[in-house]
Parts: sequence; structure tokens; C-alpha cells
Amino acid sequence: MSRRLNARAALIGLLMFFAIWQALAWIIHRPIMPSPLQVLPIFGVSLFGNLGVHFLASSARVLAAIGLAVITAVPIGLGLGQIPRINRIFAPLIAIVYPIPKIVFLPVIYVLMGITDISKIFLIALIIFFQILVVVRDEAANLHPELILSVQSLGAGRRALFRYVYFPASLPAVLTALRVSVGTAIAVLFIAEQSLTTYGLGYYIVVETYQVLRYPEMYAGILAMSLLGLVLYFVIYNLELKVNRYRTEEPN
Amino acid sequence: MIAINNLTFAYSGQPPIFQDYSLQVDRGEALSIIGPSGCGKTTLLYLLAGVRQPRAGSIFIDDKLISRPRPRSGLVLQDHGLLPWQTVRQNARLGLTIWGFYGSDGRHAPADELLVSAEADQRVDAWLKKLGIDGLRDQYPLQISRGQRQRTAIARTLAMQPDLLMMDEPFSALDAPTREDLQNFIINLHLESDLTYLIVTHDIEVAVLMGKKILVLQKGCNRETQIMDNALYGLMEYRRQNEFLQKCDDLRQLLGSLT
Repeated sequence: MSRRLNARAALIGLLMFFAIWQALAWIIHRPIMPSPLQVLPIFGVSLFGNLGVHFLASSARVLAAIGLAVITAVPIGLGLGQIPRINRIFAPLIAIVYPIPKIVFLPVIYVLMGITDISKIFLIALIIFFQILVVVRDEAANLHPELILSVQSLGAGRRALFRYVYFPASLPAVLTALRVSVGTAIAVLFIAEQSLTTYGLGYYIVVETYQVLRYPEMYAGILAMSLLGLVLYFVIYNLELKVNRYRTEEPN
Repeated sequence: MIAINNLTFAYSGQPPIFQDYSLQVDRGEALSIIGPSGCGKTTLLYLLAGVRQPRAGSIFIDDKLISRPRPRSGLVLQDHGLLPWQTVRQNARLGLTIWGFYGSDGRHAPADELLVSAEADQRVDAWLKKLGIDGLRDQYPLQISRGQRQRTAIARTLAMQPDLLMMDEPFSALDAPTREDLQNFIINLHLESDLTYLIVTHDIEVAVLMGKKILVLQKGCNRETQIMDNALYGLMEYRRQNEFLQKCDDLRQLLGSLT
């Protein structure tokens, strides 16, 4: 979290990215590696057409999953962090479940929850849930007891403590956990969208383009998925900078 | 104003700090509480503030049993208890914000006072000004000095217009001018508005300067405690008089005899 990425740096990064891509296209010189000059016009046009619909479908699934994970993991994490007795009971279980790659539950979730969007959202939410649960729990447990007592002495009960202390205290950690887990979430989304749906970038990239050898269109899909990851990452990153402002020593 | 009756308190798994302990404090009193570390000074403030509950016995303030924090009691802890993510002004307003959050329900906030938001802002700004930190209102606690944080915590408490102010080591780690400034401020407040205050300290001179009565706690279990009278408290000139030094010596001897 050192510096904000400025516009100039972003432009240089993009130019390098496309230059390397173009170089690879020249070197490999096969249909599976089209030039960005061929892909970008297709991307520009289809993002406002067919591809746009798939983009929206994928975005909606990720956002719903993030929402679901946050509204369940934050209260549970706060509860566990505040009540060491209960935390001691569940800590071993969480330690075991946390590192399991949640995508292995994909078939189980499909069977149990059906093949609707809900099962895909649930799977992605599951990944983010554990990331947030763990950081919120630890953040709440590490709050200075004197700080809590002092705010209690101002009259704060459980609800006000949650609103004015626990929630804002864990917000930076929640955002960091989200930023870190959003990449995995999109990777899992890509896999989950390859079957049992006709919308989403995973479906577009694999079924609509790759399997029928429309490689330039496939790359437009890959670009769209990258864009989704990139936008989410930087939105969260900027929120993090905002809520972490107080940590800077300099007056602003 | 304060009546502690047969109080017993122990932290879990530890021997009691207070056993069958009783104490009366009158309205308008200025009480210093001194004793070696671990003697229960801070715990006594927690109990009076209602954030810790006695094992046995009872505490009454203004004839009301204390089972939870009382809206008109102000507590300023040693590490100030400021929220690091809020500005000085937001921190100073926190108590009133919490009152607003609950409305005047008589439990979390006083039933007899409902502030609209603008009044709360005004009151907070007035205290920031009186304490000389209105220029820092948009800074965060990490960006200001210890003394300024202490003032912010005091402003937060005073904005709630307490009739009982309890402070834990309020002057430790402050430089001499800042310390004297704050001491004068609190003494004047006490003299002008009949504010009752309790100040916990390990510093003999602070205890003698600030306490009309000085309560001496001992290490181990407190059943009976000694109280020294100190009528000349509060005057800065007192510091330079022989009586002050004599009182400090008396207190030092009393503390020495207890350990």
C-alpha cells in the first residue's frame, strides 16, 4: 500500500502489456495468438453487444458473492473475535477448512443447490467468506481492551460498539482480504461458468469462442475477464487507501 | 454522591483486590487515589464507571445502583481510548454521537437531554476551543502529541457534561507546562461547577496537588483504606510552600509503611 497508481504509470503498464502481446503474436505466428490490433477492435465493438451481456452476468455473480460473503463473514468473525470461549471451539475447524480449495466442492454444490446461478454465487462466496472471516476475527480479537472499556463508558452497548468500534476497526482488513481473494474468486467463476449456464465470460470464452475456434473473439473475452479483475482490484485498493488515511503520520 | 458498600472484587483466577470494602465520597469532592501498581486503583475506576461488575457488594452513585455505565459519569483512561480512524473532532463528539445513536433512552443516554446534531457540534467545538485544540480538529490521533490526545479525551468526556469525572493517570507522560495547564484547567472546572473528580495517580505530588482527600490503596487485598485530608489542594502556589512538601513527605511515609 505504498503509492497510488497514477495515470502515467497505468498508461506505461498498458503499453508494455500490448507491446509484449504484439511481440508474442509475431513470434508465435499462429491463429491461437492473434495480434492485439486484431483483437482490440472486436473487443471494443462486442463489449457493447454480445460480450457486454456476458460481462454483466459475470460481474453480477461476483458482486453478489462478495455481498453474500461480507454480510455473513463480518458478523460471525466479529462474534468469534469478541468471545474467546466460542472462538476456541471453532478455531481448529476453521484452520482445517480455510486452506481447502473450495472449488472441489463444485459438484457437491451443484447437486445440493441445483444448477441455477445461486450455486455458482455460493461457491464463490464460500472462498471469500473464509478469507474475511479469519481477518475480521483476528482484528476484533486484537482490539485494545481499554479502547472497548473506554467507549463502553461513554454509554455504548453492543450495537453501538459494533457500529462505532468493531466495524470500522475491521473495515481495512476486510478490504485487504477482499482484494487478495478477488483474483481467486474470478478464477473459480471462470471454471464454474463453463457449464450449466449460457451466460458469463467463462461460457463465452470456452463454449462460444474457443470450442468453435473463434480465437480473436476468445481474446476479447479474456480481455473482458481481465478487465473485471482489474476494476474490482483497483476499486477495492482505492477504498483501502481511503479508510487507511488515518495511519499516515502527515496531516492531510 | 458515591457509596461503595461491602465491595468484593477479583479478576478471575486471582486473589481479591477488594474485600468487603466500603467508601463514601461526597458531591463536589476532589479525590486523589494513590498506591503502588497492581493495588486496584484503575480497577476501582472501572467499577465506579460500571464497566466492571463487583463480585459482591454494591456501588451507588446518586442513590442509583451502578450495574452499567451511568450517562453522567465521565471516564478518561490512561491510553485515552481514542478511535484512531476518527479525527480529533469526531473523537471528541463520540460520546454525544453514541447518545444520538440510542436517543434519550435513559439507559445508554440521559433521559432528560435530547441534543439535536447541531447543538452537539457546537458543544464539542466549544470544548475543543476551551482546551486549545480546535486547530487540530481534522487531524487523526496518530498525528498529534500525547498531551493533545489527552485533551481530546477530556473534551470528549466534558462534552457529555458529567457531574463525576474519573481520570486514570491523566498527567503522566506530559511535559511540565502541559501538565500544569491541564491541572489548572481541571481544578478550575471543579471549583466553578462543583464537579466531583477522582484522579488515579502513582505520583505523590500530583496526588497532593489535586486531592482534597487522598485515598491510599495498598498492594494485595484492600479492606480498610487510609484517607488523608489535604485542605490546601488545588492552588498552584501551594506547590512552592513548605506545607506542600510536608504533605508529600507524610504521604510518602504512609505509602512506605504499607508495603
